[in-house]
Amino acid sequence: MSVRRSTIIFAWILLLPAALYVTVIVAYPLVDTFILSFTDASLKKTTNWVGTANYNKIFNGTFAEVILRTFVWTAFSVAIKMLIGTFGAVMLNAAVPGRALFRVLTMPPWIVPMAIGIFMWGWMYNGQFGMISGLLQNWGLVDGPVAFLAHGSTAFWATIITDVWIGVPLVTLYLLASMQAIPQDLYEAAWTDGAGRFYRFRRITLPLLVPSMITMSMLSLIATFNSFDIIWILTQGGPNGDTTTMIIDTYRTAIGSKKYGEGAARAVLICIFLSIFCVAYFRVTHRLASGESR
Amino acid sequence: MSQPSMINRYRWYELLAIYAGIFVFLSFILAPFVEGFLVSLKPLGRLFSSPYRFWPENGSFEAYRTMWVSVPGFARYIFNSFFISIIVTAVVLALVVPAAYAFARFKFRGSGALLAAFLAVNMFSGAVLLIPLFRLMRSFGVLNTYFAMIVPGVAFLIPSAIWLLRTYMMRIPRELDEAAFVDGASRFYTLRRVILPIAMPGITVVAITTFIGSYAQQFIFALTFNSKTEYMPLPVGLFAYFGRQEVVWNELMAASFVGIAPAVIVIFFLQRYLVSGLTAGAVKQ
Repeated sequence: MSVRRSTIIFAWILLLPAALYVTVIVAYPLVDTFILSFTDASLKKTTNWVGTANYNKIFNGTFAEVILRTFVWTAFSVAIKMLIGTFGAVMLNAAVPGRALFRVLTMPPWIVPMAIGIFMWGWMYNGQFGMISGLLQNWGLVDGPVAFLAHGSTAFWATIITDVWIGVPLVTLYLLASMQAIPQDLYEAAWTDGAGRFYRFRRITLPLLVPSMITMSMLSLIATFNSFDIIWILTQGGPNGDTTTMIIDTYRTAIGSKKYGEGAARAVLICIFLSIFCVAYFRVTHRLASGESR
Repeated sequence: MSQPSMINRYRWYELLAIYAGIFVFLSFILAPFVEGFLVSLKPLGRLFSSPYRFWPENGSFEAYRTMWVSVPGFARYIFNSFFISIIVTAVVLALVVPAAYAFARFKFRGSGALLAAFLAVNMFSGAVLLIPLFRLMRSFGVLNTYFAMIVPGVAFLIPSAIWLLRTYMMRIPRELDEAAFVDGASRFYTLRRVILPIAMPGITVVAITTFIGSYAQQFIFALTFNSKTEYMPLPVGLFAYFGRQEVVWNELMAASFVGIAPAVIVIFFLQRYLVSGLTAGAVKQ
């Protein structure tokens, strides 16, 4: 056996366990979802083929509204995450005393069990006793208590803010790491030429940070599109479905109402959107990488 | 870095602006924890009184004692969370270390596509695949056991672990493998005795991030695939404080902080590793 051939066999032996695992737990369920979406699978003993009936039902119902809401929710969440994350990274990048501590203090929302952070936000949003409504009243900004999770429009934003809060640490630390990878001599050369701090930021930091920002916002887009825990714990998709995103609707249909077939059809739609994002992500990062080496 | 260069010297108003910015930023990040902690100190009767008071009156650590009494299983939930996370981390490492080495060292037909396929797994959260996963767990007969939370948990932590470790292993000089190979060492021997010791810091980083990821994200599988109280991990177990009539908020918050403590300890001792784990992916894309 040639060395080359035995090397390939060796590589495959190393890869096989992980590849098999992911095939059984992720790839097979993907295929199964697709097949299920054309059936009326439920708790009943029998399962029948129903063709595209599940899909027709989706598009005749209110699901278009849910899709639209999911995109708006995701877009706002990602945009705010990037804004606050960039702001935080710029602040933490300043060489001031205490910055090591500040960096550690950024991590908790990311590292603490998600459910716990969400419970705390649930309390903060409480109209009678929560901090936000309480402080707003104490400062005289609102007249009475504001129950943020009880009204559609405020609940929509409340879930976004909590999602932002959980996502910001990763964005901040990622951008901070990218900023610190920018060669120091660039700044020193500009400084020698008399460039001010703001000018250096605008002409050196920002342009060199753009690739990382694009990469991060695409990763964030995918994660946010999949966001489940936050909405489920805070509102379960309510009030009146005003925070029902595609994931929440799928969970309700499939696990709540046990309509596996209809739920699967929704999941297939989510997968299609995710695949589009995924391809876009690979395209963009590939382009960024080849742009750098040029 | 060490020389105090003029470039990093700030004027007083610049310093003021930076600290003000950091204060605003960290207020957003830490507000829920501050509020949660204060709530845990307030007696339940005081909690539901208006007008709103930020500082607790008659604050005490009473809730940290009573939380163990009103939910006797709480210690078990913390144990379950740890147990699940440790097993998940061990399985992920066992699968990922050889795979990352293969991706870092060998180029063969389809290796690029396979790596992309692994990364694509990251795009699908467990929530999307819940229905078939539920059926799969049922047919394995592991619903309502630890396995129902461990088995799917592992799969979704594999991709980023492979990515992180592969980046790390690509930095290990190839000459080391070749020298061992020329000396007549078998490939497995090379991996075990030459590469593994050098890659240990990278493996540590992956172990920590995997553990944290698993500890933080136990909600959906635990919610859907397990209904037995004795196997519940912390995030689902906390719902025990949601009583029939009212939520025992001060105990819920106290319990949250007790549950957070392990993660906080990890942050303080291992934050260097966490940051370096993140930068490994960020800087070398």
